[in-house]
Amino acid sequence: MNKPKSSSFMAWVDARFPATKLWNEHLAEYYAPRNFNFWYFFGSLALLVLVNQILTGIFLTMYYKPDAEMAFASVEFIMRDVPYGDLIRYLHSTGASAFFVVVYLHMFRGLIYGSYKQPRELIWIFGMLIYVALMAEAFMGYLLPWGQMSYWGAQVIISLFGAIPFGIGEALSTWIRGDFVVSDATLNRFFAFHVIALPIILLALVVAHIMALHEVGSNNPDGVEIKKHKDANGIPLDGIPFHPYYTVKDIWGVAVFLIIFLFIVFFIPEFWNWFLEKDNFIPADPLKTPEHIVPLWYFTPFYAILRAVPSKFGGVVAMGAAIVVLFLLPWLDRSPVKSIRYRGLLFKSAVFVFVVSFIALGWLGTQPATSVLTNFARVFSILYFLFFLLMPFYTRMDRTKPVPERVTSK
Amino acid sequence: MKRIALTLVLALAPAWALAAGGGACGAIPCQDADVDLNNLASLQRGAKYYVNYCLACHSLQYMSYGRLSRDLQLSDDDVLGNLHFVTADGKKKLADYMTNSMTVEQGEEFFGVLPPDLSLASRNRGDDWVYTYLKSFYVDNTKRFGINNLVFKDVGMPHVLASLDGLKVPQYEQTGEGDDSHQQFVGFEEVAEGAMTDAEYDQVVRDLVTFLSYVGEPGKLEHRRLGVWVMLFLFVFAAIAYMLKKEYWKDVH
Amino acid sequence: MSTEGVDRSRRRFLTVTASVVGGVGVVAAAVPFVTYMTPSDRARAAGAPIEVDISKIEPGQKVNVKWRGQVVWVLHRTPEMLETLPKLNEEVAAPTSEEQPEQQPEYATNIHRSIKPEYLVVVGICTHLGCSPTYRPEVAASDLGSDWLGGFFCPCHGSRFDLAGRVYQGVPAQLHLLVPPHFYASEAVVRIGEDEGAA
Repeated sequence: MNKPKSSSFMAWVDARFPATKLWNEHLAEYYAPRNFNFWYFFGSLALLVLVNQILTGIFLTMYYKPDAEMAFASVEFIMRDVPYGDLIRYLHSTGASAFFVVVYLHMFRGLIYGSYKQPRELIWIFGMLIYVALMAEAFMGYLLPWGQMSYWGAQVIISLFGAIPFGIGEALSTWIRGDFVVSDATLNRFFAFHVIALPIILLALVVAHIMALHEVGSNNPDGVEIKKHKDANGIPLDGIPFHPYYTVKDIWGVAVFLIIFLFIVFFIPEFWNWFLEKDNFIPADPLKTPEHIVPLWYFTPFYAILRAVPSKFGGVVAMGAAIVVLFLLPWLDRSPVKSIRYRGLLFKSAVFVFVVSFIALGWLGTQPATSVLTNFARVFSILYFLFFLLMPFYTRMDRTKPVPERVTSK
Repeated sequence: MKRIALTLVLALAPAWALAAGGGACGAIPCQDADVDLNNLASLQRGAKYYVNYCLACHSLQYMSYGRLSRDLQLSDDDVLGNLHFVTADGKKKLADYMTNSMTVEQGEEFFGVLPPDLSLASRNRGDDWVYTYLKSFYVDNTKRFGINNLVFKDVGMPHVLASLDGLKVPQYEQTGEGDDSHQQFVGFEEVAEGAMTDAEYDQVVRDLVTFLSYVGEPGKLEHRRLGVWVMLFLFVFAAIAYMLKKEYWKDVH
Repeated sequence: MSTEGVDRSRRRFLTVTASVVGGVGVVAAAVPFVTYMTPSDRARAAGAPIEVDISKIEPGQKVNVKWRGQVVWVLHRTPEMLETLPKLNEEVAAPTSEEQPEQQPEYATNIHRSIKPEYLVVVGICTHLGCSPTYRPEVAASDLGSDWLGGFFCPCHGSRFDLAGRVYQGVPAQLHLLVPPHFYASEAVVRIGEDEGAA
């Protein structure tokens, strides 16, 4: 047998495991649209950040002690007395915020190019499930350093469940906490969820998300279905193999991302109190409530919505609804057109108002709830919901432009 | 439209101050601590002052003497002989952490509460706050130790550095018109002399603040040094990655 | 899309360069992770050398100290105890310890396996399967036989060592008890865990 060594090795593997088949289907012969732009970097960046969180998380777990008496000190031990411990810690804390920056931009891309529309609804649903799992993962992770903000943030959010009426709420809160207040029991179980349960769920959902994507094929900034026009070999005319073109492009994207990300990690890891909060440098004290309990920035839009509603239970429902309504996007959007490039003024204005509202709500969530600010939060919450609730109407009414048959950008 | 904008700005102004992460130093504006962590002499003096004046009440439980000796370039003898005082079991080693022997009960009896550990005071309060705080003690005979502080109102701490700083009384001036009229702090007047001049005491405080800033994050300088190399590498790599991308994408254009 | 007119050599050059530089980056990135797993300051401190005041140890007395999480014996041998050692040269393996160079530092490669003959510094762990041998200085102990001149007896599987920690022939253990690096910082103080001048 005179086959070159490498190909007979691959032949051996392929007879037992679909290695070459997977490589071709998902990389070398996965035809993606040629016109991906800036907004299309964030999927691969999200994968990168996920790997970062898992890797640095594993290493942190080597020294972290999930015990109310020892947790805070163990984090300081990592920061001071473990070689490169401070670097690993900052990679993890900055990574958590970077994850949400990347994910929000990734979701925004889906929003403006209609990537959630038929036949990609399941990609969107899996993505939304990833988003919810990510929020849970971040929330539980934040308790682990056992600082003042960790403790009281958890106390406030878990007590929200207490708002559910008919006695369910209290029982539920106690069941989640494993105690009558946030305590060592809560810390231990949040550790278990954060380190094992949610990462497994996240990984499974990411696999499902990518499989759903590859089943249908990627959308693009023009919202044109490239599979409609194929050449004699069945390859989409506007498609290019993901490898090498998008692997090479994504490596460039990673390089730029790392410049920004690692600059923050090495020079401004606290990011002016946004990524590491001052109050969390004080060990948790169940007897002393901090003046301002603020969740981390990526939760603040929903926190603002929660506080905008006068009733506690109403606030919880509104906050949940704000997330649920995102799941419904594929069915709320009645436009025949996918991409914002070919939509009319109504949709473009609605997106603009939505983005402004989301950012405004995010800022409002960081501020103490004065009456003036609460009124603003109410206005923006209403605008947030109207974006979705009115969507079936304004997307149908909107005057769209004709969509080209072939992609337009180079 | 203008009124809405104005209301928005005015409404946000106080909120903005709070969002600045506790910038205000109590009753007075913060003074700039201007910490230089590269100033080894200042760090060493700060360590000395801290051990002499502060450590008995305020532990630094996350700071090891060994780390201190390495970072501050002090010899083992300097540390064990002059900074690390005998621990409960009579044995001391560099690996020990900078704890003290005050118990919770003692703290509560003497001060009402155990004086807090200050390992992370710099990260929690900020260097400017600590600096301004140490310079803002004044005489107040209504308080237990005859001392109050403009930055931390009704603080339970005595003015430990009074022998150096002396004792002062704050001076106020009436400012503003009508409804806006209030007492504005304009400076201190000394009522008892300390062993040091203002400039000397200021240097002591700076040294302490520099030391506490270091204690808050001992690895900061080293971390940043590594960061410079990382950034240089990344720029080189990004340039190569861009050229690689451009080369392959010739096929597509 | 077309791959005509491709400058293959430029493409290969850039790919190789990117791979090499990227590879350097990955290796450099691995360094903190690998170093992170080396002993932390606390472990280092716990593993640091310890000092023992030998002036307080009575002749015939053995004290136990802890070093690197292990028990170390410091035994003050009497002249009678030292006299038993040459008598056991036929009974023990490697009487001069030269054939077991890994069981003691070069300065303890002698019949008494120490720097000062009166003081034995040895790790109190049986070299068979790690049990803790008992100290049996009594000559001709009833359970050890009339030939017993004093030494250490391991109850787990019956290994025997003499008063220099040398292993007897014909017992389960094959190696002498381990002598750690040590030196006399002063007449009264032995520093265990470090060779002289190595600090």
